Order: sequence, then structure tokens, then C-alpha cells
Amino acid sequence: MTTTAAPLLEVTGVTMRFGGLTAVNDVSLTVGEGEIIGLIGPNGAGKTTFFNCLTGLYVPTEGTVRYRDVQLPPKPHLVTQAGIARTFQNIRLFANMTVLENVLVGRHTRTKEGIFSAILRGPGYHRAEAESRAKAMELLEFTGLADKAEHLARNLPYGEQRKLEIARALASDPGLLLLDEPTAGMNPQETRAAEELVFAIRDKGISILVIEHDMRFIFNLCDRTAVLVQGQKIVEGDRETVQNDERVITAYLGAPLEEAAPAAEGTTPAAPEDTK
Amino acid sequence: MTTTTTETTPVIPLPARAAAALTGLGALATAASAAMAWTWTSDFPGDLTFYGSPAGLQWLALAAGLLTLVVLLGSQGVPGLRWATPAGSNNAVLYAATGTLAVSVYSVASIAVELDGLVNLEPGGWVLAAGGLITVLGALGLPLDRRTAVPLRIVDKRLFLLVPAAPLVWFGTHAIPEDKPVAPVLTALAGGVAIATGAVLLVQLGHLANTWLRLGKIERPLDAPRALPSWVEVLVIIVAFGLGLFAITFGIDTEYGELFIGCLLFAGPTLAALTKSGLIARLRALTVKHRPVTTGAAFAAAASFPFTQSSDQYTSVATNILIFATVALGLNIVVGLAGLLDLGYVAFLGVGAYSAALVSGSPASPIHVQFPFWAAMLTGAAVSMIFGVIIGAPTLRLRGDYLAIVTLGFGEIFRITMLNLNGTTGPKVTNGSNGIPRIPDLEIFGFDLGKPHTVAGIELGRFSNYYLLMLLVTAVVVLIFARVGNSRIGRAWVAIREDETAAEAMGINGFRLKLLAFALGACLAGLAGTVQAHVSYTVTPDQYTFAEALPPNSAFLLAAVILGGMGTISGPLAGATLLFLIPKKLEFLADYQLLAFGAALIVLMRVRPEGLIPNRRQQLEFHEAAIPAQPTGEPTALTKAGA
Repeated sequence: MTTTAAPLLEVTGVTMRFGGLTAVNDVSLTVGEGEIIGLIGPNGAGKTTFFNCLTGLYVPTEGTVRYRDVQLPPKPHLVTQAGIARTFQNIRLFANMTVLENVLVGRHTRTKEGIFSAILRGPGYHRAEAESRAKAMELLEFTGLADKAEHLARNLPYGEQRKLEIARALASDPGLLLLDEPTAGMNPQETRAAEELVFAIRDKGISILVIEHDMRFIFNLCDRTAVLVQGQKIVEGDRETVQNDERVITAYLGAPLEEAAPAAEGTTPAAPEDTK
Repeated sequence: MTTTTTETTPVIPLPARAAAALTGLGALATAASAAMAWTWTSDFPGDLTFYGSPAGLQWLALAAGLLTLVVLLGSQGVPGLRWATPAGSNNAVLYAATGTLAVSVYSVASIAVELDGLVNLEPGGWVLAAGGLITVLGALGLPLDRRTAVPLRIVDKRLFLLVPAAPLVWFGTHAIPEDKPVAPVLTALAGGVAIATGAVLLVQLGHLANTWLRLGKIERPLDAPRALPSWVEVLVIIVAFGLGLFAITFGIDTEYGELFIGCLLFAGPTLAALTKSGLIARLRALTVKHRPVTTGAAFAAAASFPFTQSSDQYTSVATNILIFATVALGLNIVVGLAGLLDLGYVAFLGVGAYSAALVSGSPASPIHVQFPFWAAMLTGAAVSMIFGVIIGAPTLRLRGDYLAIVTLGFGEIFRITMLNLNGTTGPKVTNGSNGIPRIPDLEIFGFDLGKPHTVAGIELGRFSNYYLLMLLVTAVVVLIFARVGNSRIGRAWVAIREDETAAEAMGINGFRLKLLAFALGACLAGLAGTVQAHVSYTVTPDQYTFAEALPPNSAFLLAAVILGGMGTISGPLAGATLLFLIPKKLEFLADYQLLAFGAALIVLMRVRPEGLIPNRRQQLEFHEAAIPAQPTGEPTALTKAGA
């Protein structure tokens, strides 16, 4: 299932500078078809900035982002149209729209009905609208929100708001989904449910790039994990590689004072999870 | 905050039966006083000197008394009237009684003030006053929905310093001779301090009353409405709209300001009473069920307005209300749906009006052409839309306050440009401040809108014709608003309003959609402008300013949208009607007109921050926060999200 053909997403040497501050420094990453890739790192490591570079919210100072072998334009809506959807770290739903309307907004790029079609309401309009609604309801069904379709998004409990954000992102028929801390603030049961949701999304053939702090979540899900520290990617690989990497341990726990004993298998990088 | 607990107790401890009897007696007395003379002289407007023939304010007293009686009997469970209070709360009676008291106290007070003294009251006037008081006293004795405790709120204590300051400034003003240059400044200061003091005392009085009355809301399950045959339901809707038409006609036709204020004083508590009684909720359920009928009934009610008028005096007012309301609806697309604060919107009305005037065949127009009506309309709308795009393209890259500032500037640029295209400071196009006069009347398929026509035995004058034409334009704008608002485009606008970054991340081209909203709004305003040019004969630049005492201007348009309810159709229509009528009818207050108008706006926005007719979203937005800790069983999403 790994990268045999050309990768879905190919990031080469992305650097983002804000004045004198280099938030992301020469990061390269590839995401293959049907892969789940994790992106971890301490707070302020530049993970979200990196996401913003991918989705056109920021224009990277250097480097290129190619999706399906096409360079992505630096405009968020064009990136979404190309097939990359995202969620936000701090939930950004359309709070005063209903759950269904939120998902319908996600359909925007995949529908064409313009203003005249809306005024004239011909058969084509009704067909497209019905299709959108069916698709949106299907996604709500998929995320388990179907019975709340007519609620205002702001009235949903926290966990369901996260799910709704994912449903809204899926509505644009993406090939790659970027999840920014999908389990932040969730309890263990909700995190388990989120894991299953992510697997279910992958089974639909959608690749996923996920930022997370919850190590168990990351290592359960991801085929590969990249570690970002101070804007630089220090290591990328499977669970073993990442967990045993000295620099990762240093980044999370600080440098040992003396000749430190080798990290105890499996537990050390998971430390941030305990602080949550 | 403690959780609010509620109880059902009277404010004034009276036996329930006695209280009900007292309320009924008061209401009857008020209604009966309408048939008596209130004053001996016909000097008071409306001539209230006759027995047995109510006039002016007396009609209001009659209506208020009867309404209170019906609501009271309904809440007492009298068979045949129980439909009047489906919510089963006595608070409805109290609100209706308040309306009665407001009408009676206001009538008596204005008679006493205008004719100098209470001696001018006839027995009818005394019956009226007593009736109003007894009604409210009785209603306060009914078991009302109340909170168990309301802590007394005190306004910022420093504000009470105004109370001793007011007499000091007053004496200061009088101590200084009038010829000193500071005298007018001090007079203004004294006036300001006096008004501020009054406001502070009023607010504190309100807090005191709130603590004493402790009125609250108890949610009772609304009984399922009795299944009515659908023709009866349709009939109810039609009757309701008929009543609405009658009420608005009455409001527009008020010949003197006193009566209009009386109307407002009556309408406020009455609406509150109807809401509390649950009748509005019932009606809303019916209108949702029979939407086409409702739309038809509203349109028919509006169309039949000219047929109720004997002269053109008020149809001209109504025509201008429609123009104002239509433009407000256009602005609602820009502000209410897409969330773009546009402070120069009236310029688009002006562009439409000027375009129509230039191609109208007016002798003052440098272009000597006379377009047929439809072509003129399309020209106005198209030119206005082009201006919308030209102004929008550079400005819509700004967000929030910056956009507001820039649009404010563009609104003024339009007006000044029109002033300068006068042949001396620029090319001769618009005749500068003289404007384009003598715009001929429209002729549609040989039908001259300038001449009176007789339809079904009723003569429709010039303004009635334009009213009906404008009503068609309004209907078109309503249709466009409704259809676009509830479509892919409308959803994208609302998404941009809610969170532009997230909307763009969902694939919405923010700039293009904002430009579309701007252009559509401009186009609709231009459409209204083409009719306005013909209605008012003359187009001048000073009709299109940012703020003025009379609508339409940008500030009033925005106020109409916000006051009425953002993002809805009926909201701006209602808001525009009120905003047009209030200043018009307050003209008798002369210098205090704007002061009273401002006070009215403050009160309205304090009572209903979400607008007169809010959309369901905004109602939630404003009133959820007011009830912080209600144990509704709903998970507290917001607190967790904030963590």
C-alpha cells in the first residue's frame, strides 16, 4: 500500500519565515495514496504553520507543494478545489448555521449552481440541490450526526463539533484530508471513536495527514510519523524509529545532564500524553 | 449566577377572583370611556367631545380595553375564548393591561398638557384614567409567572453624581448673563446634563421595578392546537393579515403626532401581550404550514392598501416606505447575509435614480432620449450594478471596520461628484445641486401612471399607481432575496459572514462571492432608484447623504436592517416602515424630533437586540447568553470548547 506510484502529496523544502523568525525550515514530506501520516512535535514546533503552507493560507517563503503532480496555487479555495480539505486546531465551524448547512457549505466547490440558477430554480437547480443534500446527509450518517442535522452547530457538544468539522471537510470530496489535532480535549472513549473514524475515512480511499499530541492515537493510526522540532523535520519513520530517536527524546524531555541511560522502550516519547 | 427559579404568585396579594374582576372592570371602564366625551373643547386634535362617537385616541382606548378583556377571559378559561391564550400565562393579561394604562395615561396627560390642566377633562376622561389604573392594579393581583428573587441592580454609583450636578449647572446657566459668549454653551450643557440625569434615574427606576415585579417566564407545554379544517386555518391567516393591514393603515393615516405616539404606546405592550399569550407562536405555526397562502395574503394585503385611501396624502408616504424598504432589503443581502458593513449604500439608490432620470426624457437631461419604462429600469439596475463592482473590487479586500470606512467615503464621493458634474466644475451632466427636475411620469403599455384611474369604483391617484408598481418591484426583490438566500450562493455568504478563513478553506472564493453580494445589492437598490426618480419628479444629490433627519439615507438604511432583524425578509420591511414613520410622525416635536427618535431607537435596541423579526439563528445568539445556567440537560458545549 506504500508509495509505489507517484506520491499523492509531495512537499519539497518548504520554508516559512515571518520576518526574522523561521517557523518552518526546509521541510520535505510525501504522502502516498491511502496512507495515514502523523505529524508530531512540541508546542510551537511549526506544525500548524506547516499545515497553513500546504493549504494556501500562507505562501511558503521557499519550497514547493505538489498534489497529484500539480503545483498547488497559494489560494485556500483553489487548494480545496484541487482536493485537499482540512480541519482547524481551534474548531472553526459556522456557528450560526445548522449542522446540515455546514456540510452543504463544504459541497461548494463540487457544485456549480450560480446566482441565476438560484433565482430561476430550474430542474437542474433542484437536482443539484437534492444531490448535495443527499451527499451531506450521507456524510452526517457516516459521522453519526444525522439526527442532529437541524441543530445549530454552536449547540453541539464539543466532540460532535469536531466530528462535524471532519464531515464538512469530507464534503468537498478530498483526496487528502489534513486533520489538525482532531482529538484535542477529548476523553479516551471519544479518542477511540475518533481513531475509528479516521480508519473509516482511510477506507474510503482518502489519505490523511494528522497533527496530534496524543501518542497512542498517532502510533495506533499512522503508517509513518514525522517529528517537527523548531521548524525542522528531525526524523520520519515508523513507530520504532521515532520512539528510539535520541533527538525526539531530547525535544520532548530535554537533554540528559550526564550520559543518560537509553530511553526505556516505548514509554518515553509517550510522556507528553501523560501531561494531558 | 444562581439558577433562576420561578413561581406563580401575584405582585399585589389579592384573591384571584377579585383580581380578575377588578381587571375586567377596569378594562370595561376603559373601553366604555371611548363612548364618552374626554374633554369639553375641540381644541385637542381629533375632537374628543362627543358622546357615542369615538374618535382618534378613543379608538385606541376601546381597542386596548377590549383586547385586555379578551385576553383576561381567555386566561380565566371562559369557554369560547380559550383560543386567546394558548400559552396559559397571566403575564399576557398584565402586558395587555399595561397597554391600556399606557393609552389612558398618555391620553389624559397629553390633554392636560396641551389644554393646560386637568380641569379640561370631562367625566369620560376621568373614567378613562381610573379604568387604566384599575386594570393594571387588578392584573398585578393575578397569579403571574415570576422569578422567586431578583437582586436589585444599581447603575454605576458615580452616575448618581449627575443628580446634584443638574441643578448646579442649571443655576450656573441662569447666573450668567445671556449676552456672554459662553451662555449658549452652558445652556447646551445644562440640557445635556438634564437629559443624562433623566436617563440615569429612568434606568434605575427600571431596575427597581424589575426587582419588585420579578416577572419571569415559565415554560408550559403548549397544547397541541385543535385540528381545524385547512380552510379555517387559511381564513385565520387571511384575517390576521387583514388586521395587520388595518393596523398599519391606521398608523400611516394618523393625522396628528399625538395619535401616532398613542399608537406606538399601544402597539408595544400589545405585541408583548400577544407574544406572551402564545397567539403569535400559533400564527407562526400556521404561516409555516401554509406558506404560499401567507405570501399571497401578505401581498394582497399590501396591494389593497391604496383601495382603503381616499386621497393621495398617505399613499405617497406608503410609496416612499416601499422604496425605502426595498433598498433596505437589498442592503440586507450585503450586511445581513454576507456580513459586509456598507455605510455608503444609498449611493446605489442614487445611481439608479440618476440613470433613470438621464434616460427619462426630462428636458434637463443632457441625453435627449426617452427610454421605455422597462429599458430605463434595466439601465438603472445595470449601471448601479457596474458601480457596485467598480467600488467593490478594490474595497472588498478590506475587512470589517476598514470596509465600513471606505464605503462611507465612496457614498460621499458619489454625492459630491453629482454636485460637481454641473457644467462649471465638471462636465455638464447632472446640473449640480439643482438636480434633474421635471422627470416625466411613467407610461407602461399606454397606462399613464401620472393620471388617476378608477378601478372597481375607487379612484387610484398618481401615488397609488406608483405604489402598486413599487409593490411589484418589492415582490421581485423579495423573491430574489428568498431564492438566493436559500441556495448555494446564500449559504456561502452566510459562511463568509460567520468565518471567512474557514469558508475559504471550504473552497469558497471569498472575494468573488463578496463582490457578487455587493453587485446584487447594488443592482436591487438601483432598481428601486429607477422608480424613485419618477415618483419624486426630481433627482438631487442631497437626497443621497450619509445621515439626515429623514430616510432614505445610508445610516437609516443600516438602522432599518439592524432594527428589523438581519438576514430576514420581513425584518427590514418592518424596520423600514417604522423608521420611516417615526421621524415623519414626530415632526410636531420640532427641535426635539431627533432626540425623541434617538431615544426610541435606544429603547427598541435595548428591548430587542436581535431585531424586531429576528431569524431563528440570531434569536438564539442573543438570548442563550442571557440564561446562563439553565439545567436543560444539554451538554455545555461552549465551556468545554473554551478550555
